[in-house]
Amino acid sequence: MAFLFAQFLTGLANAAALFLVASGLSLIFGVTRIVNFAHGSFYMLGAFIGIYLMEILPGAVGFWGAIVLTGLAVGLIGAVVEMVVLRPIYRAPELFQLVATFGVILVIQDLALMIWGAEDRLGPRAPGLRGVWRIFGEPVPKYDIILIAITPFILFALWYLITKTRLGVLVRAATQDREMVGALGVNQAWLFTGVFALGSALAGWGGALQLPKGGADLLMDFNIIGAVFVVVVIGGMGSLPGAFIASVLISVLNVFGVTYLPQSTLVLMFVVMAVVLIIRPYGLLGREEVAGEHGQVGAPETPIRPYGPVGQALVAALMLVLALLPLFADQFMLILTIDMVIFALFAASLHFILGSGGLVSFGHAAFFGGGAYAAALLVFHTDTPMELAFLFAPLAAGLLALGIGWFCIRLTGVYFAMLTLAFSQLVWSLAFQWRAVTRGDDGLVNIWPAEWLSGTETYYYFALILGVGGILFLRHVIHSPFGYALRAGRDSPRQAEATGIDVKRVQFVAFALAGAMAGLAGGIFVFAKGSVFPTELEIAKSFDALIVVFLGGVKTLAGGVVGASFMTVVEDWLTRLEYWRLLLGLVIIAVVILMPEGIVGTLRTLWRRIRNTDEERV
Amino acid sequence: MNVLRRTVLATAAAMALVPAAGFAQDTIKVGEINHYKRMAAFAEPYKLGIELALSEINESGGVLGKDLEFIFRDDQGDPAEAVKIAEELMTRDGAVMLTGTILSHVGLALSSFAAEKGYLYLASEPLADSLVWKSGNPYTFRLRTSTWVQAAMLAEEAAKTDAIRYATIAPNYAYGQDAVEAFKENLKRLKPEVEFVAEQWPALFKIDAGAEVQAIERAKPDAIYNVTFGTDLAKFVRDGGDRGLFDGRHVYGLLTGEPEYLEPLGDEAPEGWFVTGFPWYGLEDGTPGKTFVDAYTEATGETPKIGSLVGYMTAQSIAAAIEAAGSTDTEALVAAFEGLTVENTPIGALTYREIDNQSTLGAWVGTTAVEDGKGVMVDWEYKDPAPYMPSDEDITAMRPAE
Repeated sequence: MAFLFAQFLTGLANAAALFLVASGLSLIFGVTRIVNFAHGSFYMLGAFIGIYLMEILPGAVGFWGAIVLTGLAVGLIGAVVEMVVLRPIYRAPELFQLVATFGVILVIQDLALMIWGAEDRLGPRAPGLRGVWRIFGEPVPKYDIILIAITPFILFALWYLITKTRLGVLVRAATQDREMVGALGVNQAWLFTGVFALGSALAGWGGALQLPKGGADLLMDFNIIGAVFVVVVIGGMGSLPGAFIASVLISVLNVFGVTYLPQSTLVLMFVVMAVVLIIRPYGLLGREEVAGEHGQVGAPETPIRPYGPVGQALVAALMLVLALLPLFADQFMLILTIDMVIFALFAASLHFILGSGGLVSFGHAAFFGGGAYAAALLVFHTDTPMELAFLFAPLAAGLLALGIGWFCIRLTGVYFAMLTLAFSQLVWSLAFQWRAVTRGDDGLVNIWPAEWLSGTETYYYFALILGVGGILFLRHVIHSPFGYALRAGRDSPRQAEATGIDVKRVQFVAFALAGAMAGLAGGIFVFAKGSVFPTELEIAKSFDALIVVFLGGVKTLAGGVVGASFMTVVEDWLTRLEYWRLLLGLVIIAVVILMPEGIVGTLRTLWRRIRNTDEERV
Repeated sequence: MNVLRRTVLATAAAMALVPAAGFAQDTIKVGEINHYKRMAAFAEPYKLGIELALSEINESGGVLGKDLEFIFRDDQGDPAEAVKIAEELMTRDGAVMLTGTILSHVGLALSSFAAEKGYLYLASEPLADSLVWKSGNPYTFRLRTSTWVQAAMLAEEAAKTDAIRYATIAPNYAYGQDAVEAFKENLKRLKPEVEFVAEQWPALFKIDAGAEVQAIERAKPDAIYNVTFGTDLAKFVRDGGDRGLFDGRHVYGLLTGEPEYLEPLGDEAPEGWFVTGFPWYGLEDGTPGKTFVDAYTEATGETPKIGSLVGYMTAQSIAAAIEAAGSTDTEALVAAFEGLTVENTPIGALTYREIDNQSTLGAWVGTTAVEDGKGVMVDWEYKDPAPYMPSDEDITAMRPAE
């Protein structure tokens, strides 16, 4: 019994930092609707700044003073980020801002490396709080007790701020209807900046408070972000008490998981999230989302149409150039183009459900990696001929998408996104942990194409035909009646239902089709690289695709393809430089600010303006 | 329109990059691929080690009368990216061979790629033994001390004590699992009566130290085998120390004594653990190791890490292989690497075994202590790996037919 209680205390202590960071994220999302990926970066900044301040401020007063100051400093940084990066793009399509926050992550990572160096820092101990107290005979670190004691005060302070002050009233009003708040004469810009600063400060405090238990290092931003999102989603996006309950739940379950099921550490919280979302689609204390949060608010999308004769001729000409590329380009050029085609198809498949279907998936890598793994497993274990194994890639990915889609499709908006994320993490952990079959992170190697395809030129044509074929097929589907039904369901589910479209079923089929196409890309990928590892199933891979779709222009048809090509080339270029993450981050932020409709969308607007045809010409 | 832009961009990129290949070959280039950003703490000392060796090699005339040059590229820790860069290094930049990577899976991807394309790859730092054993191939050579060997050295020491009940804690990925497996197998062979009462598997760099310590304490082991490293190790040591987990228990730590992991712990470094590591501070004057340490400290202004040593020996090995081959042709280089002996490395002569392409780099083992507020290894010795290797028959059986 004493042992169980001690474990429970460990869980509560772990919940403290997690809750601080998560409450900040929840607050920011609730008011500004920004899915802030950079939140982990503010946590990391909190840790580094905290150590720095603790080194110059002496004693217990210095220690606690340093923590307070850290929050203020990080809050200030958050305010600057909000004003410079996010304020110009609130009018952009929903979720577009997450691309900008991704740029912020990259910038902060390199700046932190420049300022503090690469070596891990051990956090200073809290003065007078080293060692343990014994509770029922079990040792409990003194600092754990302090953390457990502090957390309710923070929760209370936040609760007071939100429910009892004028600022809180405004925040709550903005959470429910930010346009109305603006209409009532509240300066929205400053409200958003203030909330973003407060949220960042909370993350900074979280980073500083955990120092006596850990330290600061350059990987901690990505290491916490997954857990924080899980907590916010389980609690219900925008709900502070929800975030508190969820961080305690996750932390305590984790402690028991470590003891009774030690292998579960990778995946436990994602299982919990999936279960919670399946039972309660809006999290424990979340409210149903209001309409218009499917990546499609703002100006209505221009109706799509196939390319005219000029466009078609251009595409044909460029296909010809690509077809003739091996005649004048060197081998590496072909390899780079293969990579580009694979990524373009992967992005196009995500773009298909995201743009036309209005379904934002955070877990699309499950199908890309799933397809790659399906083919690789066949080759690796049964020596299946490459041609057959390759066919299996889109098939298996499509089936996987049917399975995952069956659970996810009933959810909408951010909750749909997070459930796809949870499932993709499950697939990842399966590949990672089921070593007997998948060899874990040693991956499956020596998956090379059949003899007749093994030359770089031959494989180039193979990739080109299938990749471009897949992209054109998806375009064709968008222009078909099925595509119209899909877009009808996206723009106006009720009217679509009324006209006899089974919206959910159409979305389900589209989700599976997108999965199969991502699997096709995965199939081309695995035989091009000769190996596959769990990295292809990681969250980062899903976000790569998501970012290029937004970067290219979510409300255009070519956005995914163009964004993917743009990113492949820019990355290939910049990674040659020392501080490439800083530059890449700045490039992303610049594109986001200068081209809020994405590359294609903005160029299209520009083109229309040049030709003086502001009117739609359908 | 989409295809147009793609092609224009691609062509622009090609144009910008092509000139690099046009220069005459006045240096011998080696392609080095690593995770310079993702694993900055480990990759930077490694790079400094390479640069030190290169400056020494080129000052004394280079190789085959030309300067040796490394092209450093960042793969973001992504195997697919690494394979793409490898192709570029070999076909466009004129590299004669490939080396690098710390993360095992990137190393395995490069190894498979090298074998398929017929390129030579020296896996400098990856920890996975499958590079030379289960997934070994004739084109892949490996420098870093095998995990199996280091675990066997610790198991040998552990077998000398009267501890019977063991707990293990290792990061939950292939390296951690292999390291635990190797320790268990070696210890059980030496002392069949041992039992393993707890096996903890924290996620890499996401340890919940309090919970792990409680779980191990609950199993009441006599001894603990630790494979965690980096920030996981720091948290584990802190929480375990506070809660008295290590009191009266033997602790064996794989890699725990490496400066990369021991130094950040400062005066909180664990005391009395038996570990593998790199006690550069204890090397005696006049030994080749000390000469390396002095040269490195003078050149960089930093103290060496294990990565520095590996980087230094990587460049030395490659230079020796090119000299021995007498050309930069891949087949000649592969032949030269088979059984290659590199003289005058910081550990003396280093050999690449013909049987499995693994180098004979051994490991330093010793006991941790805190001196002057810093964690160090005391009573250490350098051990040759040969007695700890699996038998030749086992290795031949493991390696796929060549």
